[in-house]
Amino acid sequence: MPEANGPLLEFEAVNTFYGDLHVLKDVCYIIGRGEIVSLLGGNACGKSTTMKTIMGIVRPASGAVRFDGVEIQQLSTAERVRRGIAPVLEARRLFPRMTVFENLEMGAYIHKRGPEFEADVERVYARFPRVKERRNQLAGTLSGGEQQMVAIGRALMARPRMICMDEPSMGLSPLYVEQVFEIIQQINADGISIFMVEQNASMALQIAHRAYVLQTGRVVLSGTAKELRDNPAIREAYLGELQVPAPA
Amino acid sequence: MTTASLLLQQLINGLSLGAMYALLALGFTLVYGILELINFAHFNVFMVGTFIAMWTLEGLGLSGQSVILHGPALIAVLAAGFAVTMVVTGVLGVGIERFVLRPLRDVKGPAAMITTIGVSYVLFNVILLFVGAGSQNFPNPMPQARFNIAGAVIELREVLIWVVAIVLMLALTFFVQSTKIGRAMRATAQDPEAARMMGVEVDRVIMTAFFLGSALAGAGGMVFGLYYNYTSFIVGFTAGLRAFTAAVLGGIGNVPGAMLGGIVIGLIEALGSQFVGASWADVVIFSILVLVLVFRPAGLLGRVAPNKS
Ligand SMILES: Nc1ncnc2c1ncn2[C@@H]1O[C@H](COP(=O)(O)OP(=O)(O)OP(=O)(O)O)[C@@H](O)[C@H]1O
Ligand SMILES: [Mg+2]
Repeated sequence: MPEANGPLLEFEAVNTFYGDLHVLKDVCYIIGRGEIVSLLGGNACGKSTTMKTIMGIVRPASGAVRFDGVEIQQLSTAERVRRGIAPVLEARRLFPRMTVFENLEMGAYIHKRGPEFEADVERVYARFPRVKERRNQLAGTLSGGEQQMVAIGRALMARPRMICMDEPSMGLSPLYVEQVFEIIQQINADGISIFMVEQNASMALQIAHRAYVLQTGRVVLSGTAKELRDNPAIREAYLGELQVPAPA
Repeated sequence: MTTASLLLQQLINGLSLGAMYALLALGFTLVYGILELINFAHFNVFMVGTFIAMWTLEGLGLSGQSVILHGPALIAVLAAGFAVTMVVTGVLGVGIERFVLRPLRDVKGPAAMITTIGVSYVLFNVILLFVGAGSQNFPNPMPQARFNIAGAVIELREVLIWVVAIVLMLALTFFVQSTKIGRAMRATAQDPEAARMMGVEVDRVIMTAFFLGSALAGAGGMVFGLYYNYTSFIVGFTAGLRAFTAAVLGGIGNVPGAMLGGIVIGLIEALGSQFVGASWADVVIFSILVLVLVFRPAGLLGRVAPNKS
């Protein structure tokens, strides 16, 4: 049974492989209702694999993934989307030869057409006037920042309870990065939980409530954003490689 | 006939052949666009389609060219023939996908493509066993109406082929552009993983692509029979290869490209037969296939990497 007070998303000792490559190693995460949780880590440590494990693009070899108290690791991707998990993918991944509007339609794929759909579109347009301006343009021809707006709008069209974002600031100018983080906070204020993979740790820790640090597939640190901001190892990591000793 | 009217006549013939190749090319392109799979079974789904159409028309009381219909009766019989043929070949295509190709979906390399060649031979041999090797007289209820235009002749069957091809292509374009599942097909072709994460059930999209492509091949099969008044177990290879060339020429994976490629191949065949010699038509067509693959693998309307952004 869904527990109204339990965590929204929970990883329990999850192990994910690509063939022989062991990527996620006994990973545990908790994303509470209404939280912004950030996942930090260097290249190739398994951040995107975490996203794919949540969305059901890859299945864990062992461990449990629970959403709203229910194990979902055996469910299809479509079923997870219907239960309220929407992605903002690494490098946006809009459908490049579809218009902006059609991309929003794809975001609402799990819903029926009707007044609610129209209202959702209007809400996205109100949040992102630029998206409205560009609604008939092919998504592949938008700038990176515009694409990120569409990607977030597309995720909102699913009426999700949680949005998983994979490096939302990647490739954006500093101005756009600020804007994107502001939008993430607004969305969160509307009651949508956010799980956000980021390499831009300083920005991520400014808006996140809590964070996990992943290193070669293991969670090596976790805590509130403030704890992590004050952690010398994290400070070090802003400049170079993460210097966190792996737990024994 | 003057050269000008010969040219016009061959343009008319070429458009008819082209319409048929286009119907067939669309099936290659729809499946390739989504699975990046060249489905050689498609050749003989078309061939089976000619037989389904023949049996359906015979079941409706036609035999050879002796029963000629007019007006509403003609339209009703032809519509029923197309409908039954398209549904049966559509289901055949879905069955091939579901029971033969889906188990191989995650196998890397050419296994699935080679399997489609195997399925093609199975269909070929099933028809050979049950019907025999002789050619079959294909029933044709159309009156011998002819229209003379500037010394060239348009027959009623050609008008019919154009109407059928145009209606089906418009319907397909509408389906792919404007319906929910059509949109999901385009999204899946552009980024299958992202489409899944929108909630698209990719299995259903693949099934739809096979159904539509195979149904269009069935329509092409009936068009073939009405055009040539015969069919045999062997007709899939020539028409299939030409339609495949058309799909590659237009840019495989590209729907308008398949239509354009079909028309171009049809015109080349007709004009080439008239002005170069019928025995050269295949040489010309397959030289085009090779040249396109070497110099412009993305085809006339394709992108350099047709399926990824
Ligand atoms: N589909 C796949 N098949 C095989 N190996 C993969 C696959 N996807 C990722 N990997 C490997 O798994 C490891 C983790 O990849 P992942 O994409 O999760 O890293 P990441 O933390 O998101 O890195 P980045 O910051 O570069 O995006 C890498 O070594 C990568 O090469
Ligand atoms: Mg990544």
